[in-house]
Amino acid sequence: MPADSVFRALGPAEKTVQIEFEGALISVPAGISLAAALLLGGVTHTRDSAVSGRPGAPFCMMGVCFECLVEVDGQANCQACLLPVRAGMRVLRQRGARDLLDSGHDEEGADV
Amino acid sequence: MQKTDVMIVGGGLVGLSIAYGLALLGRQVSVLDEGDDAHRAARGNFGLLWVQGKGYGMSRYAQWTRDSVALWPRFAAALQADSGIDLHLRQPGGFQLCLSEQEMAEESRRLLWLRDAMHGDYPFELLDAAQLRARLPGVGPTVVGGCYSPMDGQVNPLKLLRSLYAACQARGVKIINGQRVSTIGQHGSGFELDTGEQRWYAGQLVLAAGLGNRELGAQLGMEVPVSPNRGQILVTERLKPFLHYPTTYVRQTDEGTVQLGDSHESAGFDDGTSSEVMAGIARRAVQCFPRLGQVRLVRAWGALRVLSADGFPIYEASQDCPGAVVVSCHSGVTLAAIHALRLAPWIAGEYDEPAVAPFSLRRFKRKPEVRHAG
Repeated sequence: MPADSVFRALGPAEKTVQIEFEGALISVPAGISLAAALLLGGVTHTRDSAVSGRPGAPFCMMGVCFECLVEVDGQANCQACLLPVRAGMRVLRQRGARDLLDSGHDEEGADV
Repeated sequence: MQKTDVMIVGGGLVGLSIAYGLALLGRQVSVLDEGDDAHRAARGNFGLLWVQGKGYGMSRYAQWTRDSVALWPRFAAALQADSGIDLHLRQPGGFQLCLSEQEMAEESRRLLWLRDAMHGDYPFELLDAAQLRARLPGVGPTVVGGCYSPMDGQVNPLKLLRSLYAACQARGVKIINGQRVSTIGQHGSGFELDTGEQRWYAGQLVLAAGLGNRELGAQLGMEVPVSPNRGQILVTERLKPFLHYPTTYVRQTDEGTVQLGDSHESAGFDDGTSSEVMAGIARRAVQCFPRLGQVRLVRAWGALRVLSADGFPIYEASQDCPGAVVVSCHSGVTLAAIHALRLAPWIAGEYDEPAVAPFSLRRFKRKPEVRHAG
């Protein structure tokens, strides 16, 4: 855990898992939310607001404020505070709004 | 007892639009507002400036609606100047998507009736599936066609309410929150209002209390036939702009979320949601735009429309209680501009407004005509 993190675990983790954030591996306690894991891992910038571009980080920790939006394993706009952390998660910052036209799906009725 | 020249009961879109219009004319206006826990349609609506199809069976309502959207740019500019809030007004036209041949035939029939009733001055296009897809990319394969009208548009309805509030205050309107009017009576040439906590005297009275108009109108001897009709709305995660036109069931807001509607239920004053109706709304939205199938929903709500007995607005200047005006409608967004810029001057007595006459309460009282021979 980086020394400048203001977040502290209540006690030593019984078990840790490794996740990836913006390509860097971080080791975090198992059995907590992804948002808590990112904060404990020293991540203080998890998204850029879709409306204003303002940088944000997990805030309410209970699914209300949407500040903790991240992309998880290719799925955009995930609320990190509502997801249990799992070993091997690949997490990216949510940069602005999700692009529906660029999600790799080719459905019936899509643009031609 | 506190005094005001004009008292408006109701601080939703209807009440504040009229308050703003009266303030523009220099009137001294106060607004008694029940509060944020009121059944406020202004907080639950879809944000359409919708013209096509409205006024079927009553072309003067179609004309009134068209006149309002024509006034909207001027109204929005005034609000923005007074409040500093961009309402995100866009009037690129709008699409009604039809999911069955029967629906397409019914919509066409109504629009053709309206075009006739408006003497040909009623622009719209009927589009088959291929034409629709060319105009509105991303439409699903089971959509059979649609109607486009350049008259339609959209606005951010929450910003509209906030802007009206700020603009009214900037123009000196006194807005009193958290006061539910319990009794109204005529006194002298004006009206006394009691909220339990406050008493007010007003020379002129405008009832813009939505569903509350029924009870308040009754106290002044007016029968106001309005009743609640519930609509539910789903809201998605924020997406980059993909839908540049409003449609009747799907609308992308200026901040990226997509609103999915609509529904019509009689549920009394219950403004909650139900999974069955929400599932139906979601299914139809995905049928309209299949890409929405991969999108996350983040919110849902129910809200109550203020529906009159015939679905058209009510504008009544009471004969028995001179100075009392009743205003009810379910299109508080579309009609906001005309409420501020034409209805308010009529209420203020600035000039006669013949376009208002068809919306009097008198139309609900028509008794069987007595036919005289010869």
